[in-house]
Amino acid sequence: MTPVIQVAHAAVGYDSRPVLRDVSLTVTAGEVVAVLGANGSGKSTLIRAVLGLVPLGAGSVTLFGTPQRRFRQWHRIGYVPQRLGAGGGVPATVGEVVASGRLARRGVLRPPGRADREAVAAALRAVGLADRADDPVATLSGGQQQRTLIARALAGQPELLVLDEPTAGVDSASQEAFAAALRGFLDGGGTVLLVAHELGPLRPLISRAVVVHQGGICHDGAVPEPAGHHADPDHEHVHPHCDEEPAGLWRSI
Amino acid sequence: MDLFQYDFMLRALVGALVIGLAAPALGIYLVQRRLALIGDGIGHVALTGVGAGLLLNRSPVLVAVLAATLGAIVIELVRARGRTSGDLALALLFYGGIAGGVMLVGLSDASSASLNAYLFGSLITTSAADLVTILVLGLVILVAMLALRPALFAVCHDEEYARVSGLPVRALNLLLAVATAVTVTIAMRAVGVLLISALMVVPVATAQQVTRGFRSTMAAAMALGLFAAGAGIWVAATADTAPGASVVLLAIASFLVVALVTAGRRALRRWSRPVGPPVAEPVADPPEHEVVLG
Repeated sequence: MTPVIQVAHAAVGYDSRPVLRDVSLTVTAGEVVAVLGANGSGKSTLIRAVLGLVPLGAGSVTLFGTPQRRFRQWHRIGYVPQRLGAGGGVPATVGEVVASGRLARRGVLRPPGRADREAVAAALRAVGLADRADDPVATLSGGQQQRTLIARALAGQPELLVLDEPTAGVDSASQEAFAAALRGFLDGGGTVLLVAHELGPLRPLISRAVVVHQGGICHDGAVPEPAGHHADPDHEHVHPHCDEEPAGLWRSI
Repeated sequence: MDLFQYDFMLRALVGALVIGLAAPALGIYLVQRRLALIGDGIGHVALTGVGAGLLLNRSPVLVAVLAATLGAIVIELVRARGRTSGDLALALLFYGGIAGGVMLVGLSDASSASLNAYLFGSLITTSAADLVTILVLGLVILVAMLALRPALFAVCHDEEYARVSGLPVRALNLLLAVATAVTVTIAMRAVGVLLISALMVVPVATAQQVTRGFRSTMAAAMALGLFAAGAGIWVAATADTAPGASVVLLAIASFLVVALVTAGRRALRRWSRPVGPPVAEPVADPPEHEVVLG
């Protein structure tokens, strides 16, 4: 079976400052992989490199068996950025933002049809925002805006979801709604790659954790225990450690 | 109104109405991506085209379309590279454009009155051939902006997401840049290159004070643009004022009226909250039906 994502010896640098060095990562279908790490460790850069939003300095990224440079089936991927850009202040309704998620499937020229409207409605239901479709996104709470972005990704009916800190600064009701939406996506056979600072209610869904530290992957396997347990003298270290503990990694919860 | 029995007056009016519809339909994307002043910059570049056209005895409108399109593509490429020097590159282009225009117009036989006509619009300069150009290009822009709304909305709302959706982001950005250049130049006759940018931006700013979604903002902005263009030309014809200035001042007056009314409504609602839902004031909605066509 071809892996969904294959990163081989990837290196990324901004203005000659290396951010990622020789990173290799494979995600297979049905997995839920969490990329963990401190702020500035390079974890967001890793998923941005996977999506082609930052150019690779070296190495390669393969998506669904196709080299990223030649990959065109973007409807198979749903991307959820960290937050909604403010834009120039032109209002947009929740429904309009979520409808953007259909473009990868529909293309630029075809007008939206019934299948598009149904997919948008289903995505809004999945994140619990069906009653807010006609409200301006700017009037929503941070957590609801995050759910809007997740609905936008789900509306395209992707096979792979890539999420950048989906739960950062999100209220617990939205975190629960988000976890439920993710569970539904996984039940349908989806694959997930997410960057997180804290896992919260997502924790039981994660099948594998990758810890990025100083531009390299220093752990790939079971989800490490939170920092609170580290502080506990009875805590037994069962996971491989980085040379240096990623500072403040698990402190947030 | 008898004024519009003159053909040139009618041509100016029809041209202005097409631009009144097309300019906000394009401008909403520019506002959304924080490029509200780009039309102004491209207008400066277009002026060099006007000067070159006058000097070479070619149609100033067509040469201006070429110059502005070229300038718009350069601006978009500079913007897409996202370097900090982009700001300076734009400044060079803008001031180079207006200086070149003034110099070339000066070198040609054209009078300073005709320079003024290009800068601020004129009621008598729209020829029949100009009107055809305005109608054809204006309709092309209008159709493109409406038909590509989902894609253009996605690109302007969240460019990275649009890239991950596999949209042709660069092509869509270039389309917006070229559409801006074309709109600026076809508006040159009636509104003038220095004021057309206001017609792209001000109706959008007015509409978004009261609308909730992108689509409704676009519709309201187009209605407001149509009103400002039509009423502005009528005022210019009646009171013998510069048409560009009249159109823009009307657009800004609509903005102020809507701002005051919404602020007043909000205050009223706060004031009467315990009593129940406030009684809506008999507020004039986007007054598109007030266009006086004579």
